[in-house]
Amino acid sequence: MKQVGKRLLELVLFLFLLSFISFVFMKAAPGDPVRYILNIDDVSITDEQIEELREELGFNDPIYIQYLNWLMRFFQFDLGDSYMTKQPVLKELASKIPDTMALTFSSMAVMIMIAAPIGTLAALYKNKWIDHLSRIFALIGASIPSFWLGLLLMQLFSVKMGILPAMGKGTVLHLLMPSLTLGIAMAAVYVRLLRSSLLESLGQDFIRAAKSRGLSQRRIFLFHAFRHSLTPVITIFGVSLGSLLGGTVIIEVLFAYPGVGKLVVEAIVRRDYPIIQGYILFMGLFVVMINLLVDLSYRYLNPEIRLKGGDRR
Amino acid sequence: MINGFRITKPGILLLIGLFFITIIIAPYIAPFDPTDVKMGDRLKPISLEHFFGTDHLGRDVFSRILAGAQTTVGTSFLVLAISLLIGVPIGLVSGFVGGRLDRFLMRFVDAFMAFPDYIVAIILSGLLGPGIFNLVFAIVMVKWIGYARLARSTVLTEKQRDYILIAKVNGVGPMNILRRHMIPHVLGNVMVLATLDAGKIILMIASLSYIGLGAQPPIPEWGAMLNEAKAFFYNAPHLMLIPGLSIMVIVLIFNLVGDYLRDHYDVKNQNGGK
Repeated sequence: MKQVGKRLLELVLFLFLLSFISFVFMKAAPGDPVRYILNIDDVSITDEQIEELREELGFNDPIYIQYLNWLMRFFQFDLGDSYMTKQPVLKELASKIPDTMALTFSSMAVMIMIAAPIGTLAALYKNKWIDHLSRIFALIGASIPSFWLGLLLMQLFSVKMGILPAMGKGTVLHLLMPSLTLGIAMAAVYVRLLRSSLLESLGQDFIRAAKSRGLSQRRIFLFHAFRHSLTPVITIFGVSLGSLLGGTVIIEVLFAYPGVGKLVVEAIVRRDYPIIQGYILFMGLFVVMINLLVDLSYRYLNPEIRLKGGDRR
Repeated sequence: MINGFRITKPGILLLIGLFFITIIIAPYIAPFDPTDVKMGDRLKPISLEHFFGTDHLGRDVFSRILAGAQTTVGTSFLVLAISLLIGVPIGLVSGFVGGRLDRFLMRFVDAFMAFPDYIVAIILSGLLGPGIFNLVFAIVMVKWIGYARLARSTVLTEKQRDYILIAKVNGVGPMNILRRHMIPHVLGNVMVLATLDAGKIILMIASLSYIGLGAQPPIPEWGAMLNEAKAFFYNAPHLMLIPGLSIMVIVLIFNLVGDYLRDHYDVKNQNGGK
């Protein structure tokens, strides 16, 4: 419990630092949101109007005052309003997050459906044709640009065959191509990882002990080796969940899928600072929480760690 | 050369040789000027005159691919070089000096590490504005960390070894230990990571250029070419096929060489799978 408390404290510190760095960087970066906002309203812009809006948004204050103001509002659960839509940032993010989560989890499902059987078979039939095939799959999967794979799928399923919608969201069919794109790219890494992890587990003492106790091959494999080999897989999984979320940004733009990734790319182009800041905070929170969960899952998967008193490996 | 689908040493050397020759002579064997606009020849399919067809402005795609090889590979090497120059010294000093400095630096590095690299790169390059040098800056910001960690952990392992102790006992100064014993070890490991990273960096450059950050037209860059091809998705699929295939082939080469080096020099992946 003490560990969890310490980690939570670190989390707060991390988010605080993150918000400060991103705030300062955004303000220091070139580009002026005021011009974008006035352009949206589509009127001939006067210098007076620009000045008025700058004052209203607090851009004329020193940067630390601006940050403190942002922080004060943050403690009231107010991340400010989007410059583009004039809607609260929290509302904007909350309306897009479920779609991004749906994409993330369905990509993971695709990844597991590909990686688990192939990785297991590759370990069981080491150096047989299925193992070689899995190596080639992994090599190509790690080398293919994911957005290009998406374009190929689009060409195949939408243009040539016309069976899947190329853009937007709505049905499960809309989700299929983006998740395939992300899932295939990810599976490439996990196939090899699961294979090597399984092979290592199968050489352990407790497997030999289980064999000598006369347990069946299938039982040893499923309940002992497979479970043991999940620890390293989950570690990498936690780390790469972040990269998966990074990948969703590109894929959301590619498939015009209206999630947080597409929202933030639009916000960056239009210098919609409150949205960008909100997105960074959300991502920071999400990533740190995942790392915490990964740590906790070790205790369940590896009795050794539990018995030693919960040290991180 | 290929033994049980695993590449062997002559294969690797051949691959590296072919690769560098192609990159270097690329502009000289290009049949056309990669930026030469000929509206009369637009969207021509693959033919003997234009091996890979022409794009929406009538530019020869084969010549653009060749020129793009230099842009893409050159940019990724630039990113690698700067990341090494920043990351390796920080990691070396952090690991070698140890103590409070080390704890402080590594806390900082860990916090950075937690954040998805693609998101940091997208936000940084997006805010700085499109352009290849902003892209380089953005990717360096996420890549130097891996090298700092690798350099540090190599130093920490080597520090424990007996021969370092003996050197110390014999009165070899810290600067000499660093220069003679630490740096060669660190550089070996770093080279392996750099080779594996080169492919990832190329993918990142291409992805960011594809969504409109990074290289801007008319610079021939493969990701940017794919971005331009988007509008001609239905009429000219070859515009989409060829740059993507080129990216894949080059990344594949780096991955093959990187895997080979890793297997033969037994370097653990310090980057946590990123």
